[in-house]
Parts: sequence; C-alpha cells; structure tokens
Amino acid sequence: MSHTEKKIFNADQTRSLEQMFDAKIARDEKIEPKDWMPEKYRKTHIRQISQHAHSEIVGMLPEANWISRAPSLRRKVALLAKVQDEAGHGLYLYSACETLGISREELYEQLHSGKAKYSSIFNYPTLTWADMGAIGWLVDGAAIINQVPLCSTSFGPYARAMVRVCKEESFHQRQGYEIMMTLCNGTQEQKDMAQDALNRWWWPALMMLGPTDEQSTHTEQSMIWKLKRKTNDELRQQFIDQTVPQADIIGLNIPDSDLKYNNETGHYDFGEIDWEEFWQVVKGHGMCNKERISARKNAWDNGEWVRDAALAYAEKQAESQDAKQAV
Amino acid sequence: MTNENLIHYIHGIADNSMILGQRISELCGHGPNLETDIALTNIALDLIGQTRSYYQYVAELSPKDITEDDVAFLRKEREYKNVLLVEQPNTDFAYVIVRQYFFDVFHYLLLKELEKSKNVNFQAIAKKSLKEVSYHKRFSGDWLKRLGDGTEESKQKTQQAVNDLWVFTDELFHMTKDDQVVADAGFGVDNSTLKSEYYTMVKSLLEECKLLIPEVEYFQKGGKKGIHSEHMGYILSDMQFMQRTYPDMKW
Amino acid sequence: MKKNWPLWEVFVRSKNGLEHRHFGSLHAPDADMALKNARDVYTRRNEGVSIWVVESKNIKASNPDDNGEMFEPATDKAYRHPTFYDLPDDIEHM
Repeated sequence: MSHTEKKIFNADQTRSLEQMFDAKIARDEKIEPKDWMPEKYRKTHIRQISQHAHSEIVGMLPEANWISRAPSLRRKVALLAKVQDEAGHGLYLYSACETLGISREELYEQLHSGKAKYSSIFNYPTLTWADMGAIGWLVDGAAIINQVPLCSTSFGPYARAMVRVCKEESFHQRQGYEIMMTLCNGTQEQKDMAQDALNRWWWPALMMLGPTDEQSTHTEQSMIWKLKRKTNDELRQQFIDQTVPQADIIGLNIPDSDLKYNNETGHYDFGEIDWEEFWQVVKGHGMCNKERISARKNAWDNGEWVRDAALAYAEKQAESQDAKQAV
Repeated sequence: MTNENLIHYIHGIADNSMILGQRISELCGHGPNLETDIALTNIALDLIGQTRSYYQYVAELSPKDITEDDVAFLRKEREYKNVLLVEQPNTDFAYVIVRQYFFDVFHYLLLKELEKSKNVNFQAIAKKSLKEVSYHKRFSGDWLKRLGDGTEESKQKTQQAVNDLWVFTDELFHMTKDDQVVADAGFGVDNSTLKSEYYTMVKSLLEECKLLIPEVEYFQKGGKKGIHSEHMGYILSDMQFMQRTYPDMKW
Repeated sequence: MKKNWPLWEVFVRSKNGLEHRHFGSLHAPDADMALKNARDVYTRRNEGVSIWVVESKNIKASNPDDNGEMFEPATDKAYRHPTFYDLPDDIEHM
C-alpha cells in the first residue's frame, strides 16, 4: 500500500470504528473509560464534565457568602450541608473526568487560568438572605432540568456521578423554595426581599439553560452522544412552565411583562432574554468573575503547603515501614 | 441549684460549639482541597448540631418563651461564655488544626464525664456528641501529625500556631461560680479535674509530632466570664447580622 | 513534575449482608487519610457500615480490547443455566 492508500485505509477504519461506536450508544450501551472512543468524544467529555465540576465548586462561593450570616440554626445547617454537597458533587465529577486521562490538578489549572468555563450564573453577587432562597429554587431548579437527563448519558462514569448528584440534590431546591415561602409569609419587608431576589435571579436562571438553539454549536453531536436529550430552548420552556405556577403559589411576580400562558401551545410565552448581558458575563465582565476565580485560586495556592506536608509525611511513614520490614 | 445556674452552665459548654462551628463554617469553600473542605464542614455541622440540642434545652429551662435561635442570636457579646480559644481566627490551616486539636481533646474529656451526669438531658447530648467528638479528635490529631512531621515549612507554621494558641488552653479548665454549683449538684463536670489528663494527652501528641511544647508564663483568660478578644465582636456582627438588621422576624 | 495526592478507589458496604460496592474515587495522601476522606465524602447520608479504599494504581484491570477472548466464550454455555434443562410441567419449583 502506498502512503496515501494507507492513510485512506486508516481513515476508513476509524470511520467504521466510529460508526460502531455511535451504534453502540444508539443501542443504549454505555461507554467505559478504557473502551475505544473517538478523540472528539474524549475531548468533548473532558470539556463538559470539567465545566460541570467547576460550576459546582465555583457555585459554592456565592452561597458560602451567607453561611456565617444565616438567620437561624436550622437554616445554617441546611445551607452548610448544601454547600458541602456541592463540594462533593464537584469531587464526583472531577473523578469522572479523571477517568478520561486528565488529572484534577490539570483541570484546576484550566479553571484558574481562565481557560475553562463554568456556569456564568455564579458570577452574580448574593446580596440578601433571599438570594439563598432564589438560588436554591431557581438555580438548582434549572440545574436539575439540565442534570436529570444526564443520568442516562452514554459515558458510564459521568452517568453514575450524575445519578449520585441528582439523588443528593433533591433537597437543594426544596431548601430554597422553603426559604422563599417563609419570606412570602412574613412581613412586607421580607416579601419585598423575596421579590427583589426573584427579579435579580430570574433572567440569569433562564440564561443558565444555554444559548438559543440557533446559537448553540454543539447540540447535534451532543444529542447523538446523549450529552443532551433536549435542546436548550426546550429545557428553558420546561423550566418556565414548571416555575411560574410555583411563583404564583407563594405570591411572587415573575419579572417579565410579556409572560403569558398560551392556550394553544399549552406553554408560557415569555419575553426577550438579554443575550448581550449573557455573553458579557461569559467573557468575564460579570460582577464577581474575578472574585470567584481568585477565591478558588487562593484556596488552592494557600493549601499547597498543606498538601505537600501530608505527602511528605506519607512518604516518611512508608520509608520507616519498609525499614522495619527490612529488619 | 437554680435554673439560672444551669442555663449559665449550658452556655459555657454550648457557646464553645457554637462559636467554633461558626469559625469552621467560614472555611467552607476555601479548604486546601475538596476532600479536606468536606471533612471540615462535617465537623462544623456536628458542632452546630450539638449547639442546637443545648440551646433547645436552655429554651426549655428559661422562664421566658424563647427558642434555640433566640439563645443563639439575641445575646450581647458579654453574655456569650465560650473560651477565647474557639474564637481565634482561621489564620492558616495550621491554626485551624491546632485550635481544633486543643479544643477536641478537652471536649472529648468533658463529654466523657458529662455522660455520667445525673441530668438525663446532659447524658443524652453527651452520649451522641461523644461519638462525633472522638472522630474530630482523631481527625485533628492525624492532621497535626502530618503538619508537624511533614515538611520544614509545615513544621514551622504548625509550631507557630502551637506557640500562639497554647496560652488559651488553661482557660478550658477554669470554673465559674455557676459551673461549681452545677458540678456540685452532680449535673455538671468539674473541669479542673480534666486538666492533668488533658496536658498528658496533648503533650504526648506534640512530642510524637516532633513539635516543641511552649513554655509560657501567663495564660490568657476571660471568655468564660464574657470578656472576649477583639475577634468576638466581628464574629457576632456576622452571626447576628439578620437579627440586628431585621428585628423580630421569622426566617 | 509536582507531586499530587494519589487517587484512591472507594468501596462501601451499605449494610451488613451486602457486598462492598464501588462508590467512586477521591484523592488522599495515604491509606489512613483516604479512609477518613471516604467516610466524609461518601457516607454523609448514612450510606455505609464498612469502607475499603485501595490506591487506584494497584488495580489491575482487564483490557476491553481482549473482551472477545475474555468474555465471549462464556456466552454460548447455556447448560450452565437452569433454563437449559427440561422439566415436566407438573413440577412448579425446582
């Protein structure tokens, strides 16, 4: 075979491997880390899973901002446990990502250098206690809509991590909604606080479900690999349809004058999303982008001597163990 | 022994858990890695959980119609009776661990005695807490070994923390008048009886960690009488922010 | 290259009578810390009564490329399964 022929032959072989691979996923079989996979599959998964992991651990920060000020002991332990869960979820997801041959430290490096993205919503500030309610209710609500379909995604470690995440997260949204409900049953000042939080978090929560289908680049391939089951616009509609009645029940107004139930479609019509704001925050111009990254980076950098100490100790212990055995 | 004696005695124990829990929860999201972050938060959750049991009991004993949250959030600085040790800042991870270990050993010895109290509430709280605190002591002790006998840098930082925090250890064994009354009634623990075992345990671990035992001429005191360090005001202004800004509301 | 905490695999027995099951992984400097971290990370909701940890590098895994020779020969040995054998209809349980 000539060099060109060989190239064509290899390309053909890869193509048929890829076809077999896609067919395997279409049959709902899982892909495990050591299985053959197209390079693009590996890269896409590293990108998506790590973005997801980064979102969990950056997402700890806006809520951690209120732990020391939580207004009752019951609220304090619930919030602590929730933020701790997010650390756990970050950990599960980094672990899933590591099975694809990249270390957690490399992933951190990408986050700290600004190369990796995370959910932009965490670049908004948490200004009042009601923001803890709004985040739990809306942000976790939107996250669940994104995450539940991932429990059956094609990459085994990701799917398993998501099953655990979804199971643990079931209390997060309730926790947030309960905070909002309590505020709405309280004084006028508390109701206003809840409404203000909804006003500030509603649109960013809608943006969380991703750019419109027209603008979304990865959708088709992601559908084949079951990284996505529904399009961004479908998910957004689902989120709106389920959230609007929840707002009604506690007497809060969705800050969208165009929002109206459409009898024909059976869905809510809603107003224009400010995508300019979305892209600006993605680009780093949100209120807290710098603060969030520097908080993560500081924690990691300040922890370096601690991690080194533990490793040094472990090595010394192993050596003395060896020495004992030698005697 | 009056209910007031008893309430003051409980503050002396519970406020330690409250303030240390508050301090550790400041670290949530900022630990040296995810695993350690999660572990520290578990300790904070245990401590705040214990606090709730004690404060609920205080609310029961109180002649006024109050809740655990009133006890937690509506007192003035002078009414908090925690020791100075637990309010010390999270200067670095060495401080966090040394503060934790110094407190955990005391806490463990205290609960072991409190479990034998004639008061059934104390028995129950102590029994449950002792399991949690035994784990805390293991965790902080294990970390102390790793920091003390890890790298040169970690050793130096840890020695610094030991030196700075050692002066707060003696106060753990001070007895207020209320403590004495409650101890005499067989409800409370005479902390002074825990002192020698405490220092034996702590010193032996410091030696194992190859850390020097500080020699100090004077130990700090005051927290148990409500005279705190300057840190305390800031802890409370955070902790009580909501109650002070929006009085008399339910959350 | 900078050394980092190695990866460990965590196995948890949910309750006595059940086997240890793979729960996930984590990083830890040594076995002792791995066990503690596993407790804090994977049993926060009372999920376990016993934990095993093993450093990931110590696990020898079969290669999926060998799956043909490793596992396929077992697929056509139907006589290892009870349904292979005929029984008179009158016998309900055997």
